[in-house]
Amino acid sequence: MSTSTAQIREISGRAVAVRGNDVDTDRIIPARYMKELTFDSLGQYSFYDQRFDASGKTTDHPFNESRHRGAKVLLVNKNFGCGSSREHAPQALKRWGIRAIVGESFAEIFAGNCSAIGVPTLTVGPEEIDQLMKQVEAEPDTQLHIDLESRTLQAGDFRLSFYLPESQARVLLSGTWDTTTTLLEGLEQIQAAAARLPYVKDFPYDRCEVDLPGGA
Amino acid sequence: MGKNLLRKVWELHKVRTLPSGQDQLYIGLHLIHEVTSPQAFAMLAERGLKVLHPERTFATVDHIVPTDDQYRPFKDDLAEQMIRALERNTSKHGIPFFGLDSGLQGIVHIIGPELGLSQPGMTIACGDSHTSTHGALGAIAIGIGTSQVRDVLATQTLALNPLKVRRIEVRGRLSPGVYSKDIILRIIAELGVKGGLGYAYEYGGPVIETLPMEARLTICNMSIEGGARVGYINPDQVTFDYLEGRRFVPKGAEYRKAAGFWKQIASDADAEYDDRFQLDADTLEPMIAWGINPGQAVGVDQRLPMLKELKEEEREAVEMAYNHSRFRPGQPIKGQKIDVAFIGSCTNGRISDLREAAGRVKGRKAAKHVKALVVPGSQAVAEQAAAEGLPEIFREAGFQWRQAGCSMCLGMNPDVLVGDQVCASSSNRNFIGRQGSPQGRTLLMSPAMVAAAAVAGEVADVREFSRGGKA
Repeated sequence: MSTSTAQIREISGRAVAVRGNDVDTDRIIPARYMKELTFDSLGQYSFYDQRFDASGKTTDHPFNESRHRGAKVLLVNKNFGCGSSREHAPQALKRWGIRAIVGESFAEIFAGNCSAIGVPTLTVGPEEIDQLMKQVEAEPDTQLHIDLESRTLQAGDFRLSFYLPESQARVLLSGTWDTTTTLLEGLEQIQAAAARLPYVKDFPYDRCEVDLPGGA
Repeated sequence: MGKNLLRKVWELHKVRTLPSGQDQLYIGLHLIHEVTSPQAFAMLAERGLKVLHPERTFATVDHIVPTDDQYRPFKDDLAEQMIRALERNTSKHGIPFFGLDSGLQGIVHIIGPELGLSQPGMTIACGDSHTSTHGALGAIAIGIGTSQVRDVLATQTLALNPLKVRRIEVRGRLSPGVYSKDIILRIIAELGVKGGLGYAYEYGGPVIETLPMEARLTICNMSIEGGARVGYINPDQVTFDYLEGRRFVPKGAEYRKAAGFWKQIASDADAEYDDRFQLDADTLEPMIAWGINPGQAVGVDQRLPMLKELKEEEREAVEMAYNHSRFRPGQPIKGQKIDVAFIGSCTNGRISDLREAAGRVKGRKAAKHVKALVVPGSQAVAEQAAAEGLPEIFREAGFQWRQAGCSMCLGMNPDVLVGDQVCASSSNRNFIGRQGSPQGRTLLMSPAMVAAAAVAGEVADVREFSRGGKA
């Protein structure tokens, strides 16, 4: 059983800003590209309908700009990743090359999905994100350095503190962001918790009429 | 001070506190479907893990199924591969699968309640954000991503951060032609699409208490559109009556035990909340979400907002909505021409939704330029509708009557908008590209309003469409 996931302490690299509040996961990856049995090929579909117009021509979306090619940090505004719970969205961004997302706020399911695949979601204030975005747009070669332990971000001469939920920080720093292993360690307690539940012990599902494939 | 339902259910299901500080919660019901589960099964296989509780896991197929021609293999090979993977995975792990030939297939959030799988006091998880739907039964139902689907398959638990609870009281009386869809659209418009971040929404008050279960499911379904991952309604007599006799609900003495538990899991009268919000239903009119998120909504008699009227915070998203929709600031929404009418989805694909819509189209015809589609939320809904003669009413009015699935809600199956079509839709999201065309435009409204729009060929006020008569 492969269990180990890497510790994530620092992320360094260039950044790309995708401006706008309430960027939903349908925009991050359109549903038609989710007809896949694996996540492997999703990177190319990141922001697909924003990057190409109706005739298939490339737009001026920041993900199309050569000066932002290879960016590892994505800068966003409020409520990024709202809507559908599709993990395809952070999986696509990760496969595009994004290793951390810095924004004003994140939709909860999206932030959880990011954490589960080792992509930290860092929260900063509105003035700070504005300054970061302006800097990166003006000087795309700006190197960002994110230190999760000290919760600091350095971008050129600009240094700021960010918020990272304590639980996310702990799992990333300790390399336990792949939660299955941690959860399974409580197997005995899981079984004990189940046995206490009234709907497990006193009135389980009525299965007398069921005849389904899978053998309910 | 007493406890709210969320707190009680949380404590009941808590396995332990994890080293991260999160809580490990036991999940009573895990629902899976073809889109977000294959990668999770692959991860299990990679690690040599089995499904811990296949008997608490149920599968169906909904997102990718064609609603016209369900002959196998599907014409779309990718869709065929996805249903085959689900068939393989459920059979390998002994997970009950409500497939296309089961008579029980449908949208996952329609069939959970319909089969009595979703019950008060349970924790429910599904790899779909509209899992919040099941909260209408008094469950804590959580939408999750694929890595978490893997977690639940392997451990029947999730690592979760605690949630705050906002009590939303709906007072007054609903006028005729105003539905629970209008309540939730108005709540989202008032609290905003980010208003629910970090919160579970508890809906209550006199209006909610008098709503039938199917109307409650619509409200909880769209909690996520307000940013709240979880939404719920305390179980009451409506809940108990809805559940009694359903397929998976315990019978006889066990039912009485269940009902006893369900009663005491409801929020205490003096329960504590982290926040409160009140909505007066007296002033509510049929709502239309016209923009690019469900919070950009107006009443049918209102005009679209002028940019200068808006708070700076909202202006940018509204500007983007105008750029996308090419609607004019200040134009009335009533009278906006539509091209497509879609009745269905996990929000509004239940029998009561179809009855309301059928009542409005009976004896009328959809406008010639409108493509109108009715898609029952499940095979059971389709069967019930057939018994009531609804398909004939819709067909005579020029609507297409389809088979159960997610259909035109999300653009993952053949039912999609083309070009910049405008769609009056009973679904839940008007995001750019949501209905399958990057240029498509979605107007969210109640099923009765969609029926009225289909007949008028433009956004119309359902209150001017009496049931079964001439407008």
